[in-house]
Amino acid sequence: MSIESIAQTLVFGLFVGGIYGIAAMGLALVFGVLKMLNIAHGELVMLGGYVSFWAFSTLGIDPFVSLAIVIPVLFVVGLALDRTVYRHIVRLLGEEKIKNSLLVSFGLTLVLQNLAQWLFTADERAIQVSYAGVGLNLFGVTMPYTRLGTLSIALVVTLALNYFLHHTYPGKAILATAEDFEAAELAGINIHRVYMMTFALGASLASIAGTFVTVTYGISPSVGILWTLKALIVIVLAGTGSILGAFPAGILLGVVEAVSGAFIGATYREVVGLVIFLLVLILRPQGLFARS
Amino acid sequence: MTKFLGINHLNASYGDIQALWGVSLKVDEGEIVALIGPNGAGKTTLLRTVAGLHQPLSGTVQLGNTALHTLPAYRIVEQGVILVPEGRRLFGGLTVLENLELGAYSQRARDARFKTLKHVFELFPILAERQKQRANTMSGGQQQMLAIGRALMGLPRLLMLDEPSLGLAPMIVQNIFEIVKLMNDRGVTIFLVEQNARQALELAHRAYILEQGKVVGTGTGRELLRNNEVRKAYLGFAPTAR
Repeated sequence: MSIESIAQTLVFGLFVGGIYGIAAMGLALVFGVLKMLNIAHGELVMLGGYVSFWAFSTLGIDPFVSLAIVIPVLFVVGLALDRTVYRHIVRLLGEEKIKNSLLVSFGLTLVLQNLAQWLFTADERAIQVSYAGVGLNLFGVTMPYTRLGTLSIALVVTLALNYFLHHTYPGKAILATAEDFEAAELAGINIHRVYMMTFALGASLASIAGTFVTVTYGISPSVGILWTLKALIVIVLAGTGSILGAFPAGILLGVVEAVSGAFIGATYREVVGLVIFLLVLILRPQGLFARS
Repeated sequence: MTKFLGINHLNASYGDIQALWGVSLKVDEGEIVALIGPNGAGKTTLLRTVAGLHQPLSGTVQLGNTALHTLPAYRIVEQGVILVPEGRRLFGGLTVLENLELGAYSQRARDARFKTLKHVFELFPILAERQKQRANTMSGGQQQMLAIGRALMGLPRLLMLDEPSLGLAPMIVQNIFEIVKLMNDRGVTIFLVEQNARQALELAHRAYILEQGKVVGTGTGRELLRNNEVRKAYLGFAPTAR
């Protein structure tokens, strides 16, 4: 295998990993703060993808520009889901909360999937922008503009999220609630508001990933579960307390999948991801990027 | 002295067990009031109920004319009623400075946070030195100082402390009690739960004794220090030194 094709494989792994990272950060945020696993996270990715698709196909809005619509729309969807569904679960404690969050979010997965199928049909949709297939060529490595676009936006979003969480009061309130919700209440934080905003923020991150999926692969009502699974693998790699660590972990998974796809064969790509998932669980259950 | 905190006929449960049975007590403005009693008497439940972390079964908690028991915890903090919880409960993964900033989360405290931060750093110079350090990497005594510092950042009118001396070396306990006294001199009303009964009674103007969820005794700190039953139960038979 030539140097160029290895470099090409790595670069494409990086591109895919950026999408994994963004999808996983949303799931990690909700998991870290609300302490519940939102199985329907992938469905939020799917819905975000559809909003972007319709903005492109009916209004002709470039998918990268349409993020300005997609993010607020899914933010509102997130708020609504929190108010109607998740706020009832977040109050529960311990095992009851885990069980109920799994059941309810799995149910929501089915509802959203069927809703999407009814509204949008089961056809696979993709966005063909005018600059699709065009890109930079550096030392024989092709970098399509769409892929460069997704990776750079993913990086900017990660940096922005880092700034928001560590340098603004609402962001610190989210981190504090994730650490100890009672101590957060005693500091004067309205934790139910934090839960609502965090869930909406998680949905917004999912919608960014969804837009990238639509640009890169295409979407159908059933893609959600795949993205929940990828995001789940990534947050276990990162360590379940680590929100921002999900981004490098996503990149890692993307690169590992791409490399194993090239060397072992595309059929085993997913398997390698899952093997790493198991190895991390066995050898370093606190995750790769979690602080001890 | 005006009536400040009034707890009236409070009943509360801890899990399935009723922990407080018709507890009534008051803390006047400017006082240091201690609450002593054996483990499991309901002391922590009482403080948590006042702070809004626990819903009472019945009864009221009044702060002046405000009914605290109807408010969520964060609104109680806005009223200047701030609890330093048992076991400190710091945001361990965040820095000392971030912990302090979060203490000033409510709007009233946030507007004054730079000024308050200076005061807290004067009281606890170690916190200024370690402001970039993660809270869970500090020693127990430093963590307790941070917990109190975080509470002070919220500009308390009533500061409630739950077992601040727990697990700390005697010298650090002394230091913390001095700070509590100093805060009181500066006008902060103190409601203190302590297992260290002697030191608490020496510090407090008045005290209540809570046993099995009921107030079984009250008096000034000095009275209780001399009381034979109190000495037997809480001061370990030792004759008072004075």
